[in-house]
Amino acid sequence: MPILQAKDQEAVRKEFERLTGPVKFVVFSQELVAGDLCRQNEQLMKEVAELSDKITVEVLNPTIDRERAESYGVSDVPATVIEGAQDYGIRFLGIPAGYEFSNLIDSTIAVSRGEASLTEQTKALLATLPANVEIKVFSTPT
Amino acid sequence: MRLAQHMAIASDKVKAIAIEATEFPELSRAYQVMAVPKIVMNDRVQFEGALPESQFLDAVVRAASGNGDR
Repeated sequence: MPILQAKDQEAVRKEFERLTGPVKFVVFSQELVAGDLCRQNEQLMKEVAELSDKITVEVLNPTIDRERAESYGVSDVPATVIEGAQDYGIRFLGIPAGYEFSNLIDSTIAVSRGEASLTEQTKALLATLPANVEIKVFSTPT
Repeated sequence: MRLAQHMAIASDKVKAIAIEATEFPELSRAYQVMAVPKIVMNDRVQFEGALPESQFLDAVVRAASGNGDR
């Protein structure tokens, strides 16, 4: 049974008309650690990817594909990297449902276009950051 | 999460990780997540709730400069 309803598929397909460059969802799954959650996450990512021919999905196991997991900084599952022309550092830990689903769609479009919707002032200041910043955002589906 | 993601696209120095709190209870406990959204930057600057872009940016700059809240 699909996770996305027909009307959601249609809405996302329309949003994805704005995609310009290729996007890859690198999905980390591990049956033994979190089977149900990993299966649902994989299914959701594949359903979303089917809504545009610009999106591909690669499924990796962090234990088997250890080097790739380390290079992405992924140690937990389910995890998904949203990659465009480059890895911009966008990760989802857990299934992006509810409000986070709209962020999944938004970030897919943004990495595809390689464009950040921020003010010029913000972009200018970000260009002068003296060190790396890892931002964790905890949320719940509702 | 939207601002964090767009800042990650704008800067090679910024990484944005969305965490589904109920699926990662240990991580949520470790970061004392009581309300969502909870934002933690470099394990140093943290706050709850959405902020406008300019204030969110201030927090990113504080995190990058090592001037945390604790």
